[in-house]
Amino acid sequence: MPKTAADKIWDAHVVRTDDADRDLLYIDLHLLHEANTPVAFDNLRAKRRTVRRPELTLGTEDHVTPTIDTAQDLTGTVAGPFVASMRRNCAEFGIELYELGHASRGIVHVIGPELGLSQPGSTIVCCDSHTTTHGAMGALAFGIGTSQVEHVLATQTLPMTRMKNMRVTVEGELPAGVSAKDVALALIEKIGTAGGQGHVIEYQGSTIRAMSMEQRMTLCNMSIEAGARAGLVSPDEVTFAYLAGRRHVPTGEAFNAEKEHWAQFVSDPDAVFDREVRLDAGALSPRVTWGTNPGQTVPLNSVVPTPDSFTDPIERAAAERALAYMALEPGTAMGSIPVDAVFIGSCTNGRIEDLRQVAEIWRGRTVASGLQVHLSPGSEAVRRQAIDEGLDKVFAAAGVPLHAPGCSMCVAINGEVLAPGMRTASTNNRNFEGRQGPGVRTHVVSPAVAAATAVAGRLAAPCDLQLEG
Amino acid sequence: MTPLITHTGIAVPLRRDNVDTDQLYPAQRILNAPQTRTGHADALMADWREDPDFVLNKPAYDGASVLVAGRDFGTGSSREWAVWALADYGFRVVLAPRFGDIFRGNTAENGLVAGEMSEADIEELWVWLEDAPGSRIEVDLERRTVRCGESRYDFGYPEHFRQRVMRGLDEIALTLEHAAEIKDFEARRRVTMPRVTDRAAR
Ligand code: SF4
Repeated sequence: MPKTAADKIWDAHVVRTDDADRDLLYIDLHLLHEANTPVAFDNLRAKRRTVRRPELTLGTEDHVTPTIDTAQDLTGTVAGPFVASMRRNCAEFGIELYELGHASRGIVHVIGPELGLSQPGSTIVCCDSHTTTHGAMGALAFGIGTSQVEHVLATQTLPMTRMKNMRVTVEGELPAGVSAKDVALALIEKIGTAGGQGHVIEYQGSTIRAMSMEQRMTLCNMSIEAGARAGLVSPDEVTFAYLAGRRHVPTGEAFNAEKEHWAQFVSDPDAVFDREVRLDAGALSPRVTWGTNPGQTVPLNSVVPTPDSFTDPIERAAAERALAYMALEPGTAMGSIPVDAVFIGSCTNGRIEDLRQVAEIWRGRTVASGLQVHLSPGSEAVRRQAIDEGLDKVFAAAGVPLHAPGCSMCVAINGEVLAPGMRTASTNNRNFEGRQGPGVRTHVVSPAVAAATAVAGRLAAPCDLQLEG
Repeated sequence: MTPLITHTGIAVPLRRDNVDTDQLYPAQRILNAPQTRTGHADALMADWREDPDFVLNKPAYDGASVLVAGRDFGTGSSREWAVWALADYGFRVVLAPRFGDIFRGNTAENGLVAGEMSEADIEELWVWLEDAPGSRIEVDLERRTVRCGESRYDFGYPEHFRQRVMRGLDEIALTLEHAAEIKDFEARRRVTMPRVTDRAAR
């Protein structure tokens, strides 16, 4: 029977099936970060259990660690207890940990692919909903809760009910200035923030094939915002080329053998999906969120919608609440909305390609005065590469320092927060109430829109800047 | 975790959909939260509770243990704190038309029941609870039904969750009973799969 890539990966990892029809899945890679794990380790100790496969487990510090003043002593800060328990737990159980200052450190979903640990055909979990990012590598990757972390630590497996399959086909060429982020936002607008529930989304079509790995990661990252369990792109030559030469990827003859193994984890042409969605790339334009969930978006060149335009009473009520929180008037042109801050970074858009795009727009320009702009790369490797390519100089000339990697203002629990009531254009993934700090109003955008917005001081696309000269 | 077969308690109507885990447990609260499963009651919906008119602040719902919410409850971040805060506040059951997958996966381990009801039934419950604030709902896991007054409704709840919650089972202990099968799988597993600590590959 023809199978989807996700089902092939799934089937290759079933240890056993229980009488409630759940499969016990073997987990190839378990990623940890310092914010969500202390309870899991404490329970493990209390039950006198141990970590079954520490060598398949990797920890990093990204959520609560600073990206501005990284030299500070963390004891006594809010980050202190998190970092301390992470270090103690990883040391005790023999888990590799990339501490603040380590050359391999970065946001958990940036370093997995970067190190070549996230590979096609593998199963990857992490106590973070954006684990879906690793699906871009052709892996089955999904977020789990703390209790499940404990389960994976103790058994290297997870009992799971099979995911349904959804295919999102995107065909055609993306217009200039339109990126994977816009594709993701358009998809979420179309199917809703719960549209993907219970499904693994496989992205197919000529648009996806033409995307770089960075763009595919952005797209898969946002799958969770469509409510999906996971998102993936079947591996192809782009995937293999990305993996070649990375630290945990074999070289020479062995690489060819791996490639052959990876290549089997693609969907059969006649595989049947439970749901099909199609997007026409040529019809897309830069998008921006206007509300308080990632499904509430419009094209940047349109206006804030009126609640009455939603026929569903629940959506209408949600729109009313969202507009009140966002302090927006229906009918206002999105492009006329001034912002107080811009955040560029996160596991969604903190990769080298994102930074290159920002640099390209900022070259020869400066960011609007009075604007608070925070730029944080996804990892130390991304930061090093940005410096190697001289991007840091472009940023500096525009008036923006290149900070250290971390989640920073994506979740705003590392002390780097915006003031209540501030409006920001952000390249992260969520515009929930209070996500970037209490009372902060978030507009989720692509790196290109964030960069142009930083120059204009109001929501803008790169082409708007050209018009202004 | 305490087994739960039937539960009767005061039910709160939360007329909101898309209650994401950032609303259930605001991220900034995580910083000062205890590193345990308990001690999170105050953080539950902390931003909304600052509004004196918010439903949880109404005295009629004091001591509530059943939450009746709108669709897509618990979407967003994987933070299990959201479940811990609900449980710590005293909730044993949440009823909604649909839940975020990760959130729901986090519930059973903490003895919280996340039952799915149709939107029409939820609406009826809301009306009923708003007309008579402080009313009790009876939840029966054996039959997967909810009773309030004379009315009875069915709710959806996966069998594996039901078994675990009803018997208070420790999932890890259940899996470890199959350690031999895990070992067999590991013996078949591709040896070339990457190991984090495999420095030879550097
Ligand atoms: S950058 Fe944001 S979404 Fe990504 S892992 Fe960090 S907190 Fe989560």
